[in-house]
Amino acid sequence: MNSEREAVIRVRDLVTHYGERQILKGVSLDVHAGEIMVIMGGSGSGKSTFLRFLLGLHQPTSGSIELLGQDITQLDSQGMYELRKKMGVSFQGGALFNSMTVGENVQLPLREHTELDDATIEIMSRLKLELVNLGGFDRLMPAQLSGGMVKRAALARAIAMDPRLLFFDEPSAGLDPVVSAELDELILKLRDALNMTIVVVTHELDSAFKIADRITVLDQGDILLVGTVEEVRNSDNRRVQDLLNRRPREEVIDPDAYMARLTDTPLNEL
Amino acid sequence: MNALRGLENLGRGTVRAVEEVGYLGALLAESLYWLFVGPFRKQPVRVEAVFQQMRQVGVNAVPIVLMLAFGVGVMLAIQGIHTMKTFGAESKVVIGIALSVTREFSSLIVGILVAGRSGSAMAARIGTMVVNQEIDALRVIGINPVRYLVAPALVALLIVVPALTVLADIAALFGGAVYTSLDVGISLAAYAQDTADVLTVDDVMQGVNKAFVFAVLIALIGAANGFGATGGAEGVGKVTTRSVVMSISAIVMADMLFTFFLTR
Ligand SMILES: Nc1ncnc2c1ncn2[C@@H]1O[C@H](COP(=O)(O)OP(=O)(O)OP(=O)(O)O)[C@@H](O)[C@H]1O
Ligand SMILES: [Mg+2]
Repeated sequence: MNSEREAVIRVRDLVTHYGERQILKGVSLDVHAGEIMVIMGGSGSGKSTFLRFLLGLHQPTSGSIELLGQDITQLDSQGMYELRKKMGVSFQGGALFNSMTVGENVQLPLREHTELDDATIEIMSRLKLELVNLGGFDRLMPAQLSGGMVKRAALARAIAMDPRLLFFDEPSAGLDPVVSAELDELILKLRDALNMTIVVVTHELDSAFKIADRITVLDQGDILLVGTVEEVRNSDNRRVQDLLNRRPREEVIDPDAYMARLTDTPLNEL
Repeated sequence: MNALRGLENLGRGTVRAVEEVGYLGALLAESLYWLFVGPFRKQPVRVEAVFQQMRQVGVNAVPIVLMLAFGVGVMLAIQGIHTMKTFGAESKVVIGIALSVTREFSSLIVGILVAGRSGSAMAARIGTMVVNQEIDALRVIGINPVRYLVAPALVALLIVVPALTVLADIAALFGGAVYTSLDVGISLAAYAQDTADVLTVDDVMQGVNKAFVFAVLIALIGAANGFGATGGAEGVGKVTTRSVVMSISAIVMADMLFTFFLTR
């Protein structure tokens, strides 16, 4: 499917650890140009972790991550610096710079990467704020914004450079349904108007089904399924259905492992 | 068994201390890299950030530095006159004050003050940014956090701490002069003349050189603790306190070594 389309993100056999603990267990994934890829999965399944590695914030244990044709696990810092001009990120908590105004937050990437004069940069930042319906709020400090406004301001900063790749962690978490629906519309608008490739991490089903071209379902560090909305809906994989129907997990308990955890002794010494 | 565990903890503590010193060294190397190589890679350390830091660290600290240094000068005069009285050599107190102020006390007072005011502020600022993912946000924009946050603070401290030390020299000498003239009856002009006669450039430079070392210690320890913050507001509070204790300890230790090698 779509094999003739250009893959702008190409992940192969990605294995990652936090300390001793393995989080991702060999993930492979292609995201095509102009596509909205939603990464779904239960809490703790490794979605945010996957995103952090896609962003080059950590070095993986093994595997490769190609963004726009460049393997970021091999790329030197200057190459990464150039690549970052084409990437925008909105973090789960917004991560706005609290010591700057909303406007200055949006201006920062432009100041760092362009030689434009102040007036132009200010106009461009206001344009982005208008786009996310925050026109006129550029003088406020992040602490003065509501949760939904923080997410939208973070989005404005993420798209300041008109990036080719946009990453969005949990756009709708903690927002009321109306605001979250507005954000979904915004994401679709961005893809259509600016032709961005967008990776969205979420565990909100409604939002995922509304915006996704394809969905990747992560579970405990493995990919369960990659497919269109229809394919995911009709999947007969139990874990996928559990997630869709909000069924509690029915984990088979291994009595020995359970005992080992309770008594905090290694299995083989039990 | 307990002794063994104690030994093990000691071993672990040592490893951690060595790692920490290594990290401080790496931070220094990276800051210098950005200061000198950054401009050629179109990623300069911003001059405005340096000035902003200088204002916060330096200008705002001037009143308190003047006050403390003046107090130290008076204290040294009281103590000196009291000691010298037993030999009937009160007028010699001028030498003692001049040398101990310039070689020891000014830089130490300024170092401790700046560590408490600005080292902690730096740890808190960077720590908060770590916890809020602002550091990650900087990195994905392509802004190296060491270049953006540490290098400007390092430059600012390297300018401000020596400058404040010279200022403290003047205030402390003045404090000593005022008390001595009231108590022993030497005129301020005569006191100034005596001071000028005994003081050499080397004496002043010893304090200033220490100030450079203190500046580096404060900047690196503040930054390292900030970057090490984990787990919310409480974590930030912890590293802030830790940075003050660590930098004051480091300053006193460095001062001791300095004095040992330069005074004997
Ligand atoms: N900095 C870290 N250090 C150690 N372990 C971590 C760290 N961040 C995440 N983990 C672990 O990695 C696993 C995956 O976490 P991750 O944040 O990727 O989950 P998630 O799918 O984004 O969950 P959520 O939907 O709750 O945001 C969790 O078990 C978590 O304990
Ligand atoms: Mg997450």
